[in-house]
Amino acid sequence: MVLEATHHMSVADDLSAGRAEKIKPRDGKRPNPVSESFGAKVALTGLALAFLALVLLLPLLAVFVEAFRKGPAEFFLSLNDPDTFSAIRLTLTVAAIAVPLNLVFGVVAAWAIAKFEFKGKAFLTTLIDLPFSVSPVISGLVYVLLFGAGSALGPWLKSYGIEILFALPGIVLATMFVTFPFVARELIPLMQEQGTSEEEAALSLGASGWQTFWYVTLPNIKWGLLYGVLLCNARAMGEFGAVSVVSGHIRGLTNTMPLHVEILYNEYNFVAAFAVATLLAGLALVTLVLKSILEYRYGDEIAASAKH
Amino acid sequence: MDVSIRNVRKEFDRFPALHNVSLDIHSGELIALLGPSGSGKTTLLRLIAGLETPTDGSIYFGPEDASLKSVQERNVGFVFQHYALFRHMTVAENIGFGLKVRKGNDRPPNEQIRKRALELLDLVQLSGLENRYPNQLSGGQRQRVALARAMAIEPRVLLLDEPFGALDAQVRRELRRWLREIHDTTGHTTVFVTHDQEEALELADRVVVMSQGRIEQVGTADDAYDRPNSPFVYGFIGDSSTLPVRVENGEIWLADRTVGLQVNDVPDGNASLYFRPHDITLLDGCGGCIAGTVATSRRVAGTRRVELEVGGSQHRVEIELPIEHVAAERSRIAFRPTRWKVFPDAQDSTA
Repeated sequence: MVLEATHHMSVADDLSAGRAEKIKPRDGKRPNPVSESFGAKVALTGLALAFLALVLLLPLLAVFVEAFRKGPAEFFLSLNDPDTFSAIRLTLTVAAIAVPLNLVFGVVAAWAIAKFEFKGKAFLTTLIDLPFSVSPVISGLVYVLLFGAGSALGPWLKSYGIEILFALPGIVLATMFVTFPFVARELIPLMQEQGTSEEEAALSLGASGWQTFWYVTLPNIKWGLLYGVLLCNARAMGEFGAVSVVSGHIRGLTNTMPLHVEILYNEYNFVAAFAVATLLAGLALVTLVLKSILEYRYGDEIAASAKH
Repeated sequence: MDVSIRNVRKEFDRFPALHNVSLDIHSGELIALLGPSGSGKTTLLRLIAGLETPTDGSIYFGPEDASLKSVQERNVGFVFQHYALFRHMTVAENIGFGLKVRKGNDRPPNEQIRKRALELLDLVQLSGLENRYPNQLSGGQRQRVALARAMAIEPRVLLLDEPFGALDAQVRRELRRWLREIHDTTGHTTVFVTHDQEEALELADRVVVMSQGRIEQVGTADDAYDRPNSPFVYGFIGDSSTLPVRVENGEIWLADRTVGLQVNDVPDGNASLYFRPHDITLLDGCGGCIAGTVATSRRVAGTRRVELEVGGSQHRVEIELPIEHVAAERSRIAFRPTRWKVFPDAQDSTA
């Protein structure tokens, strides 16, 4: 890249040097023929920034302003509540189960789609996108239909003492459903572009299937995987719709952080509601910062694993 | 290691890629699989490696049936067309990979793997680049690393898929010579795939010419060039001209004239006459010759290439004339091939 760039520059220098002899030098400020005018640039950039500020930045600020309206003391006091702690614990537990499972299944699905030819491949690819296209509320309802009191599975499992709905398993299932595409979607184009020749090379050198995955495939997708996991985690902790349907909103038991925010808000406990909301917003910000650090620190390697 | 391919057939989704191919490769030989794209040459190479399974037939490495073994167990060195270097590993790690993944007592200690990698790097003349990553190397350097990596596992057979396909002409010629030297030093049985006849003829001990999933001819460069055994080989290797002719009682006829050539192993009937543009002799009169009018004339290096329109049906053939010959347009030239071959036309449509 660097070599190319310097090469192009030197060609450009030669050209402009050659032209400078014939044409009068014009203090070096010639308009770039493939770029917009200065005014257009400013207008476009300004429009985009104004829109972002209105739609993204302002609400985010509002969350923090509302949470601290009555001062930091009230903020921490409102967080210090057993139900809030239990909501935080539940959200972390759900993410801790759902994200690793989606990591494994996401890699498996991406691997199958990107590296093999089989019947029904197009169908599987479409299926992976299903959670993105279906409303989260529907995703929750599906589990109610599957495991509810009127279903075949629910009472049968209940007779063995296994509760799915209005309990942790149901919340995990609904979260997994909604967050499944993140890892797989991130990996499929990356793996497709990388092809199978490195894997074939590893096999021909005597590596087992597992060694090939561990030494060749996984290092090649690690950055994409990390991206996918970060996004998956952010969504898993923030999911509202699907979880709301299956959780039952039992305080201190099946309330996740987003559900807890809603309950507090409906009870006119605005400071507490926005205080918990700041934790979720903070999580989103941390995710963004981590993503940016990764891109900044390992940008070259990310580019290298995408190309060659 | 002798490699013997016996009646191998390969189908992809019922589309045949190879039809009952048999081939014996001798130990230490450098062999080229040459053919246009779609001729099945890469499929054959991948079958030898074990990257594909034959639909039918078997492949022997020496006395043992290798087709029962997986690619890992076959111990072949495969150099991929686009090298397939592990992009996140250094050059030394790439070369040492085959040793690193060995199990138990077969796995050499790390420092020995590193030492072997450096030795091989020296062999491929890339000493000092062991800590580079593949994307920091030029195409030719990557090719050498890929070869060193394949040789690190002391393979029984070395297989190269279009080894020079992605390189520019200058580097190509250089690496070609260098591969021959490496082969002569190490003595590996080597098979490489190419669509470049010059590469195949110059580099290989024997050339296997393939077309449409079949082996057309196996032989030395001289065999393939001087004694092509099929119309395809005649047309594919070197320049050639062809004319539709008729054989009657061993005499070759072009329309209603005799050409002045005799054959005795071709049955009577329609046939095709093949010759190379430079294997001709000019004649003055035409009592048994091929005569035509000059359609175009081009100067090519030290000779003059002339396209003649022959006979009423105006078939065009190319011949090579000395520079001194004027070959004016529409002028008449008579000649007779000095080296040529007649292939009878297929009697039915199956061939």
